[in-house]
Amino acid sequence: MKKMQLSYKYINLMITVVLFFALFAAGSVLYNGFFSTQVLLNMLIDNAFLIITAIGMTFVLIIGGIDISVGSVIALVCMLSAYLLEIQHLSAIIVIPLMLLMGFLFGLVQGSFIHFFTIQPFIVTLAGMFLARGLCYVISIDTIMITNPFYQFVATYRIPLPFGNFISISVIIALVLVLAALYLSNYTKFGRAVYAIGGNAQSAMLMGLPVGRTKVLVYGLSGFCSALSGVVFSFYMLSGYGLHAMGLEMDAIASAVIGGTPLTGGVGFVTGTLFGVLIQGVIQTLIMFQGTLSSWWTKIAVAFLLCLFIVLQRIVVFRKERTKSIS
Amino acid sequence: MDDAYFLLKAKGICKAFPGVKALNNVEFELKPGEIHCLMGENGAGKSTLIKVLTGVDPLDAGDIFLDGKAIAPKSPHHAQQLGISTVYQEVNLCANLSVAENIFIGREPLRFGSIDWKEMNRRSQELLAKLSLGIDVTQPLERYSVAIQQMVAIARALDISAKVLILDEPTSSLDAQEVEKLFGLMRKLKKQGLGIIFVTHFIEQVYAVSDKITILRNGELVGSYETVNLPRVQLIAKMIGKAFDGFESSCKTLKLDILQESRNNFLRVRGLGHKGSIHPFDLDISKGEVLGLVGLLGSGRTEVARTIFGIDKADSGEIAIEGQTVTIQNPADAIQHGLAYCSENRKTEGIIENLSVRENIILALQAKVGWMKYIPKKRQDEISKKYIELLNIKTAGPEQLIKNLSGGNQQKVILARWLLTEPKLLILDEPTRGIDVGAKVEIQKLILSLAETGMSVVFISSELDESVRCSSRMAVLRDRVKIAEISGDEMEEKYIMQTIAGV
Ligand SMILES: Nc1ncnc2c1ncn2[C@@H]1O[C@H](COP(=O)(O)OP(=O)(O)OP(=O)(O)O)[C@@H](O)[C@H]1O
Ligand SMILES: [Mg+2]
Repeated sequence: MKKMQLSYKYINLMITVVLFFALFAAGSVLYNGFFSTQVLLNMLIDNAFLIITAIGMTFVLIIGGIDISVGSVIALVCMLSAYLLEIQHLSAIIVIPLMLLMGFLFGLVQGSFIHFFTIQPFIVTLAGMFLARGLCYVISIDTIMITNPFYQFVATYRIPLPFGNFISISVIIALVLVLAALYLSNYTKFGRAVYAIGGNAQSAMLMGLPVGRTKVLVYGLSGFCSALSGVVFSFYMLSGYGLHAMGLEMDAIASAVIGGTPLTGGVGFVTGTLFGVLIQGVIQTLIMFQGTLSSWWTKIAVAFLLCLFIVLQRIVVFRKERTKSIS
Repeated sequence: MDDAYFLLKAKGICKAFPGVKALNNVEFELKPGEIHCLMGENGAGKSTLIKVLTGVDPLDAGDIFLDGKAIAPKSPHHAQQLGISTVYQEVNLCANLSVAENIFIGREPLRFGSIDWKEMNRRSQELLAKLSLGIDVTQPLERYSVAIQQMVAIARALDISAKVLILDEPTSSLDAQEVEKLFGLMRKLKKQGLGIIFVTHFIEQVYAVSDKITILRNGELVGSYETVNLPRVQLIAKMIGKAFDGFESSCKTLKLDILQESRNNFLRVRGLGHKGSIHPFDLDISKGEVLGLVGLLGSGRTEVARTIFGIDKADSGEIAIEGQTVTIQNPADAIQHGLAYCSENRKTEGIIENLSVRENIILALQAKVGWMKYIPKKRQDEISKKYIELLNIKTAGPEQLIKNLSGGNQQKVILARWLLTEPKLLILDEPTRGIDVGAKVEIQKLILSLAETGMSVVFISSELDESVRCSSRMAVLRDRVKIAEISGDEMEEKYIMQTIAGV
């Protein structure tokens, strides 16, 4: 009985994990060469930046908010780094921390607007989205290639693993962030306050939790994550361009939702988000191996998945309400 | 301790909301080692006083002193740091978190800088054990009933080491045993020198624990009195501002009339049950009868109501209404058959915070006539005015947002909502919770007069005297089984108590 109940909250997460392995297994059966560690690792390499953004997004969703500025912030970070590195000839050691700081501050400002003026997060981050995207074009309307040797090195460096496998530095960054986020959400006062506020902000306030500070910091965290993602994305693309990471915020939200984080707040899993990204990765890979389908089929598949998960969430909530006062 | 020393002192407190002066020049003094009851009718300003003392709402004017030093709490967080720990009216916890987290959040035990879950769970278990509550603390709070949630909120406040403990109607959904446990702990804290502010509408509880009583009426201070020097009648008179006319006189006769008329069976339940919540039970309710459901907390009273009303879909048995077997799959079916259910859980299932009093009252009626049918605004106004008056709802007007009403007045609005639909069977689950003595009697009278007009009522209450007064027959529940029916002369508190306890 107890086990059954426990699983309600985790049902989406479990389905996601199972589905991921099922899809991977299906690919392995269908296509030669699919079943290898490197295919798995490539998914991480290609999606490291998405993992990073989606982690930040997860916290925002848990607190009951939304941040649609993340894609633009990534573009801005790419563009600004390219500009500072190539045109201003600053060193990477200065540029990277600067970008992270900028992202963090950007998030804090958005969070402050949301909290202190009680404006809906959607509106505030929509403004943030336009602002960041617009700023890209103020810097340049063309692509700026990044030739900085440090960036070149990081972009091409492959960390060797046993049996001839390899990963990129970005993957290390993403995985470290996942671990840090796991710790943050489960073992720190800040993390638990995020869950409490997402569950019921009024109660959290009456219980004496620092609601305002936590809220603002969560948006700061999301800003930081998107900046970090921007840095990783510039390693990946080696260029700054105003159209980079178009619509990435939606991918990030989709990853979190597929990973079991509903938009209603109070619930969410960092691990789920990781698998949410990986599921999209596995679908991409499947389509790549299939060869004839266009890559847009990834989006269609994701659309179906989202639909499935939203319906599932409703069912879970519905069943929960029915069994609520059992004790 | 010398007499002039006060732990908490509030002077000249004023607080106005748009349209109401909630507090006007109120004084309040609390000594260490004192249990101080704050009394007053619904909407008198008790909760508002507590909220301004603990920084939830800002003061308009006045000074607060703690331990002789002037303080100005900016938030509950700040008040906690200053040493004031509070349980606010209504359960204010995060249902998505575990029980243990709800007790410890904000001050979790740490180990090497990270939250020590084991320690937290262990200490929560210990704390709840002091309140004789042996629940699984790792489960999310939403799994548990309002009563348990209330206990958890109390446990949280008790554990925050404070100088002042404030409890705003903490006992509204607790049963006698639990209240006794709480009082035991309160007395212990009092010995340790804590000052405790306690708000309740249960007069008996006031006399059981308090040393001092401060009475508010319409936001004004009536006075502070030693409990021993203030007889009950006077307390009530001071609260309502006039002599209190009791209940007994008018209702004894009423009940007899009801009994005579009530041969006409309305609802017939056979073997109805819901696995895990209530064992199959039989129940007959006649037209114009008030059937009381009594039993301890968690004995299955609410579950009986939920199963009849179709919230928990019955997995056995059948229901017949006026001789016809009917299927009730969900609340909508139940409403179709003329049933109405006023839930005990007003915060989550009852009020819609951001709608006005009028809209909240109209809601069920609108559902009954169909959503597409427009009820003229004028009629809506008439109806809401009528019920505001009838139930003496204290509000600036029908257009006031319901969230701005005091707890007791919100309860009255929900009651009005269901009364309005003129159901054939009205199920009332703790309808008088958090309602002041005067209004309680009014509501009880109203229930009886409704029964007189032929409506059947299922009345659930934790207050035995109230059940005895209102019901013409009672069903007793224990451990989710219906164990007995009591009627006639047996309906007398002592006998009922014995039946409930099973001795
Ligand atoms: N936020 C608000 N906006 C407007 N009016 C309010 C607000 N909060 C409280 N009030 C009004 O202030 C008055 C006092 O309310 P309060 O909650 O203090 O009453 P109470 O004594 O606690 O009553 P109860 O016993 O019903 O809990 C009421 O008339 C209420 O309508
Ligand atoms: Mg109150």
